[in-house]
Amino acid sequence: MLCTICKEKPATVHLTQIVGDKMQKLDLCEDCAKTKGINDPTAFSLADADKLFGLGASQEIEQAAGGAELKCAHCGFSQADFKKSGRLGCPECYKTFAEGLAGLLKTMHKGTRHVGKSPESLRASREDSDRMKSLHKKLAKAVEAEDFEQAAALRDEIKQAGERPSGPKNLTR
Amino acid sequence: MKDIHTFLAPPAETARRHGPHDRIVMSSRVRLARNLKGAAFPGWAKKPERMKVLEIIRPAVESLPEMKDSFSEAMDNLAALDKQILVERHLISREHAAKNTGSGVVLNREETFCVMINEEDHLRMQALRPGLQIRQVWNAIDRFDSELEKTLDYAFDNELGYLTACPTNLGTGIRVSAMLHLPGLVLSEQINPIIQSVNKLGLAVRGLYGEGTEALGNVFQVSNQMTLGESETVIVERLEKVLGQIIEHEENGRQTLLEKKPKVVFNHIGRAYGILANAHSISSKETMNLLSLLRLGVDMELFPGAQRSLVDELFLTTQPAHLQKQLSDKLSAEERDLIRADMLRDRLKNVSRPIVKPPNVGN
Repeated sequence: MLCTICKEKPATVHLTQIVGDKMQKLDLCEDCAKTKGINDPTAFSLADADKLFGLGASQEIEQAAGGAELKCAHCGFSQADFKKSGRLGCPECYKTFAEGLAGLLKTMHKGTRHVGKSPESLRASREDSDRMKSLHKKLAKAVEAEDFEQAAALRDEIKQAGERPSGPKNLTR
Repeated sequence: MKDIHTFLAPPAETARRHGPHDRIVMSSRVRLARNLKGAAFPGWAKKPERMKVLEIIRPAVESLPEMKDSFSEAMDNLAALDKQILVERHLISREHAAKNTGSGVVLNREETFCVMINEEDHLRMQALRPGLQIRQVWNAIDRFDSELEKTLDYAFDNELGYLTACPTNLGTGIRVSAMLHLPGLVLSEQINPIIQSVNKLGLAVRGLYGEGTEALGNVFQVSNQMTLGESETVIVERLEKVLGQIIEHEENGRQTLLEKKPKVVFNHIGRAYGILANAHSISSKETMNLLSLLRLGVDMELFPGAQRSLVDELFLTTQPAHLQKQLSDKLSAEERDLIRADMLRDRLKNVSRPIVKPPNVGN
């Protein structure tokens, strides 16, 4: 396996990080690891990899690890096209390239979640989804705190709102 | 088909439009980027797809009450000179002026709303007003957008907001900006630290024609950069606050210059007047830089009887496309420099040389 950065020397430093439910991998040669200051892997976040390599780097990392060249199924736009223009092909591209964009958006903007105006027609469903998210969060917290009474109440509320809880299943006692 | 030249207000009229703080704030603007669901962005879409998008968006924009009496045209029907005139008036971007088939522009009579169709995004709608009116332009474009969304199906994502061709515009798709005349900060050499501190607040400072352009005539554009993760109102309020501070710095800078270095100020303004009123050949760049000093002189009451609107009018009419428009023959840049100088000498013949104010010592 060759180094992700210089693509010349064999990779001897391997970083693996789990962010959410996604695993990210970075393979570097000793020299590149040193020059990028990755001596202590625990202090180095792969989210910073985008900053090191430029736009959409985590996808490149994926490619280096054997992933196919990513292409938007809707419009045919590819990762390489994005590298060239810095623009995307169509609205669907945001789903296709979500992973590679995540780090980029973090460095570019104040946050990664939209705050502010939304189309009137979507406002109701947007509020619903916001409410559902916060209920799930509360539920997880209640479970963690072993406050099962509260958890059960929350689960009922979620059920009533029309969605099955995705939390732990050992609540039925 | 309406003629853009007769549609646009004459420069003498636009120069007389007033707004709050227009000594320093030349104009305020809010732009929103929107795209249609399921259609490729203009930079990636093929010609037929771009034309289809234009055919959907253009009538929707034209039917808005705000655009009742509007100029609406496909970009391929506009001559290069017409497009350049729209750029010089800050109604369309330089990028949009380069567009042809499949792109369009819709502009209202008051020149307070201008919509670019198939620029970088399907829709770039802007509201503009003279002086410092950030909140007013935001409210205006917000209503405009809310009307449009009733007929257009926008690409919107719950997490990411309005989806745009460039990730830098994602979320709100908003760019709030003001065009500022800051000769006091430039002459007192405070402009660079001010730009740096404004940058630290996440705001961009650009030149006269936006991205990647020079600050000709001491005119700067201040705008937000980040569009995702904070609401339009928060962005508008931050801009308002920062602009208020820049205005204060500029006023203080002018005052300090008059107190501490009156000779430097009078020298700059006197020389600018001397050249503008007497040159026989002058480039548009030199003209803009000198007109900026003349404008400063008018603000400082060194030209009794002269109006700022005369300077603002010349600021527009001496630019290449506006100058060319007044002539029947196509001229080279060198020939334009001669005509420009003739025009300046003529227009400034009734403006007397600047008076010298005694420095307000110890004031």
